[in-house]
Amino acid sequence: MKLPSILRSWAEQHARAAIGSLGQMRRRPSGSLMTTAVIGVSLALPAVFLLAINNLQSATAGWDGTPRISVFLEQGAPADIQTRLRDQAAELDDVAAVELITPEAGLRSFEQHSGMEETLALLDENPLPAALEIRLAEGVGSRDAEQLVESLSRLDGVAETRLDRAWLQRLEAIMALAGRGVALIALLLALTVILVVGNTIRLDIGNRRPEIEITKLIGGTDAFVRRPFLYTGLWYGFAGGLMAALLLIITVQVIGGPAGRLAELYGSGFQPTGPGLLGTLRLIVIGTALGLLGAWIAVGQHLSQIEPEG
Amino acid sequence: MIRFDAVSKRYPGGNEALRGLAVHIGQGEMAFITGASGAGKSTFLRMIPLLERPSQGSVVIDGVNLARLPSRRVPYLRRRIGMIFQDHRLLNDRSVFDNVALPLVIAGRAHHDIQRRVRAALDKVGLLHKERAEPVTLSGGEQQRVGIARAVVTRPPVLLADEPTGNLDPTLSEEIMRLFEQFNQVGVTTVIASHDLPLIERLGHRRIHLVDGRAA
Repeated sequence: MKLPSILRSWAEQHARAAIGSLGQMRRRPSGSLMTTAVIGVSLALPAVFLLAINNLQSATAGWDGTPRISVFLEQGAPADIQTRLRDQAAELDDVAAVELITPEAGLRSFEQHSGMEETLALLDENPLPAALEIRLAEGVGSRDAEQLVESLSRLDGVAETRLDRAWLQRLEAIMALAGRGVALIALLLALTVILVVGNTIRLDIGNRRPEIEITKLIGGTDAFVRRPFLYTGLWYGFAGGLMAALLLIITVQVIGGPAGRLAELYGSGFQPTGPGLLGTLRLIVIGTALGLLGAWIAVGQHLSQIEPEG
Repeated sequence: MIRFDAVSKRYPGGNEALRGLAVHIGQGEMAFITGASGAGKSTFLRMIPLLERPSQGSVVIDGVNLARLPSRRVPYLRRRIGMIFQDHRLLNDRSVFDNVALPLVIAGRAHHDIQRRVRAALDKVGLLHKERAEPVTLSGGEQQRVGIARAVVTRPPVLLADEPTGNLDPTLSEEIMRLFEQFNQVGVTTVIASHDLPLIERLGHRRIHLVDGRAA
């Protein structure tokens, strides 16, 4: 045989196995659909969790974990002291930017966000002190940050300093924990997919025993006998991946609206995002790979036991 | 073509199917294997495509000693041997055409080649008009002819048949045997296990009679 004809024969054999196994699946639609659904749900569950974590991370990305320090000046500090302190703070190490919030600006912002304009209008004088919002340089460790807080609080005219970090650290810890949990769930559900496909293929092999025997009897190689079952697993995984992607998109549609509104209420510009094209493709590829793996295991265990009886 | 040298086969449990059988069937020869049930006819046939291995002795097919054939080469040995069974061994969920096409599909032949050869084989056994039928809708004789078409579609050099006329009436049996003669006439080494002695006598080919696992 010339090389092109070997290639053609190889391609034709694979196409035949691929199409043939699709045909076999179509012949028992309810069973195939059930298997696909189990795979789809098993893949969709961890994907939804992962997507939720990703969204949470991007929702909190505005507070990107670099700590801010709020420095409150003494009540009634005059404007020249405010600017002097701002400049002094800006000189310090590890400081990326300093924003001065005058009592007037603070009050305006408070009015806008709290909706208590009328109540505030009753006050004789502005109760707010001037404040400095200090953003730290990238990569400043918590010890350096605390030292900075120390030196800031020693400055003349500073009443109080606050390092705003603890809650972010807690959130990060919670997300890390959730991520670990999702990874574990994903692992278990991947195992489920492998087992479901493996079991389906095992039953399939049992049902098609006469065909396997006859094929071996008339000179079918092990690869030839194996191929349709591997393709069956591949199709199951692929269909399951498609179904999972569909479930994921539906979930995002259902949850996206309310989640976006919640973010809006918190004054965040965050918009929930779906899995995207890449994420969808990844889901389908993972499903396909798991299906193939499950089929491979089942075929390895059960096919070699079948030898023809003449 | 087929050479058995001092071949014995002992099954677990002590039953000895063959005891030092020595047989040689030349290329292009047609031979009948006869003998009572349990004389070793089936075991003899089953050893040729390596469905069984001898406990002792050697089997050489077309110059290849089967004891030295690695298992991954076994499918290629079987492709050179057309096999016909008493119970036909057809796939009942596939059409007659697909059943006959199976050996060509396994061998990886091109699509147009498969079409042509399957039609030729079905024509040869007189079943071209039934190519779309399901095997279960055919009579016993027709199913056996589908089995024969499947065995010869790759034009193998060796044809083996185990009681191919076991369930057929005398007229059909003779028809089937005449079909085998036609394949033999174009050079196919043909070995048929049968107990239909009157028919075998009439056909007048070589007869290998087995008694207790030996050639009598």
